[in-house]
Amino acid sequence: MGEPLAGGGTRPGGDGRTIVETSGHAIRTPVIAASAVLPGLGHVIEGRRAQGLLLMAAWIATLAIALKSWQRIVAIPGTGSADDWLAILTLAAMLVGTCMAGTAGLVRGQRRAAGSSRFASEWRRFRRSRTAMAGLGVIVVLYALMLLTPLIAPFGPAERVGDLVRVRLLPPSAAHWLGTDRLGRDVLSRILYGARISLTIGFIATAISISVGTTLGAVAGYAGGRIDALLMRFTDLVLAFPRLILLIMIVALFGQSVVVIVLVLGLTQWPSTTRIVRGDVLSLREREFIQAARALGFRPARVLFCHIIPNVLGPVIVAATLGVGNTIVLEAGLSFLGLGPPPPTPTWGAMVEGGRDIMISSWWVATFPGLAIVIVVLAFNLAGDGLRDALDPRLR
Amino acid sequence: MNGSIASRRPEPRTTPLLAVSDLSTVFDTDAGEVRAVDGVSFSVGSGETLGIVGESGCGKSVTSLSIMRLVPEPGRILDTGSIVFRGRDLLALAPESMRAVRGNDIAMIFQEPMTSLNPVHTVGRQIAESIRVHRGASRKVAWNQAVEMLRLVGIPAPERRAMDYPHQLSGGQRQRVMIAIALSCDPDLLIADEPTTALDVTIQAQILDLLSGLRQRLGMAMILVTHDLGIVAEVCDRVAVMYAGRIVEEGPVADLFDDPRHPYTQGLLRAIPRVDEAAGTLDPIPGQVPDPAHWPRGCRFNPRCRHAWDRCGRHEPGLLDVAWGRRSRCWLEQEPERRRSGYGVDTRDAPPTGPRIRGAS
Repeated sequence: MGEPLAGGGTRPGGDGRTIVETSGHAIRTPVIAASAVLPGLGHVIEGRRAQGLLLMAAWIATLAIALKSWQRIVAIPGTGSADDWLAILTLAAMLVGTCMAGTAGLVRGQRRAAGSSRFASEWRRFRRSRTAMAGLGVIVVLYALMLLTPLIAPFGPAERVGDLVRVRLLPPSAAHWLGTDRLGRDVLSRILYGARISLTIGFIATAISISVGTTLGAVAGYAGGRIDALLMRFTDLVLAFPRLILLIMIVALFGQSVVVIVLVLGLTQWPSTTRIVRGDVLSLREREFIQAARALGFRPARVLFCHIIPNVLGPVIVAATLGVGNTIVLEAGLSFLGLGPPPPTPTWGAMVEGGRDIMISSWWVATFPGLAIVIVVLAFNLAGDGLRDALDPRLR
Repeated sequence: MNGSIASRRPEPRTTPLLAVSDLSTVFDTDAGEVRAVDGVSFSVGSGETLGIVGESGCGKSVTSLSIMRLVPEPGRILDTGSIVFRGRDLLALAPESMRAVRGNDIAMIFQEPMTSLNPVHTVGRQIAESIRVHRGASRKVAWNQAVEMLRLVGIPAPERRAMDYPHQLSGGQRQRVMIAIALSCDPDLLIADEPTTALDVTIQAQILDLLSGLRQRLGMAMILVTHDLGIVAEVCDRVAVMYAGRIVEEGPVADLFDDPRHPYTQGLLRAIPRVDEAAGTLDPIPGQVPDPAHWPRGCRFNPRCRHAWDRCGRHEPGLLDVAWGRRSRCWLEQEPERRRSGYGVDTRDAPPTGPRIRGAS
């Protein structure tokens, strides 16, 4: 990547295409102004069409959501819950973010794209993989939808949409895109609300397991000797225990609250991370820059947390991404078995279970939540694989 | 150890900055106890540069790591020895006090500039970190000082370079950064372990000039560990030649190069190609450094020595005084008539301290 050019000129862009840089404020100001009204327009004018069209799509979608749910938004300041406020904030952030990306990307984007930190080069490598980018895109859209659910869901999660006799088990239609279930609830709304449970549990449980796993693995690998042996035998013990049975036992003991399920999922997922991190730390410990850090008189804790752990973050991020997918599947499994969050909380696993015995007559009840699980887990796995390729030092 | 530390030129008026005596570092391995460093004694005065030379595996690096108390597992330093730095025995310090010495009073430069910098931090941050830890400086002050250090070691546009990651710098620049890190807390003693071995010859000369220039400007002492006699001749005040875990000869650089006494030192000097002589075959020392788990009986050099006789295989000589400030671990000092002619280094025609050439040792 070359240095950014001061004036105008042509140079190869980050993605191999040629970028024509227009020079001088006289030409650029109207372009930037146009971008403020319709983000992405400037990108298209300057030749970055894919980025520009994506920005435009994001901008139009956000505006559409805002207009469509305008009445709900207006009602929120009086009656809104924390969820509603979060949704408004998300919407506002999306509007501002798209706008800023449209204009700031033009002013500064060139220099940014040519960034040379390790992160920048890894990001470039990640972007090369279409499947990984698709996975990441799905994840971003899903989390945005999750946050916006109170504004965009056509019905409430437990709301019966009409007289039970007339609205139960309606097939997909214009009024109910994904049909209704046997209690006359809108399947699309329940999937949207269920996404919050699944994605939140997946995210928090993985955050717990990654923190525990990284800390234990790093300490074991760095300390070595007896501490290492002790920690790793404990890890083997947890790994050897059948996880589903452990989960069922603890849920049976402590009840089916979301908090218990998050904690249990998080505290049983860490052994694989511990092993990855320990292995990496063992080899890092012998590297010269770690010896150099010790020769500078740094405390073991500083060497470990400031010098060793940043070097193992690559594999940890990959493990985390794949772990979210795993956790979501596991949570769906628990809900399917009736051990998830108690009804009427909408969870994907419980929704699949609810449609299990009417698969033939009313296929939409179980199929759509099942598809949601597949898409989310697939997205996380694709993004995880892409990350692994991007962070793999052997491919450099 | 038979040699006394007192007989040295120039006579130190005060106590030396660093006095290592009877240092032994052993590794407990499956093959038994390996004495990598065995009863080594030397001292470094304030502002003085000591060179430690020898072949691979003779214990140079372990000696320098021992001073820092950073001997890797399963090595340990025997408590019969002592390492007195400014009146304090480093071997007796608590780990916390030893950490305050490392990086602050004694700094170290490693051989591989490619792998001695942390790849995930900018070089400025790595310099600033040491300043923050030892000097308690704020982030901003430490960063500014880091930029100044980069300027000091001759890196152009230091404000910009400080934000670079190690992989963006060349090998020579990385070694300059290493030097900047080592000097950032103004240490009294710098230990440079093969600082130029991994670099190109032209870069080597630059780094050496930088090191000795900074050493003089900052008035610090330096221990230069190397296998390259040419570097020693250029940079050092005094030399200690190590062989098989022991110091075999010690003295001021000029004297030692003019008139090497120990057969091993003579061998090392003969193994260097010289530009002022007609091209001929080099004269390497036959054999290899023996296995540290099984040092030879008697003088450790005797299986490779051209002068060896039966006494050498039975008893090991101490460090015998040769001249003012010079010692040699060889029975020849007591029985000079046994020195076989034709194997000395002829130094009358050309001083070996001439043009610097990489040693072939």
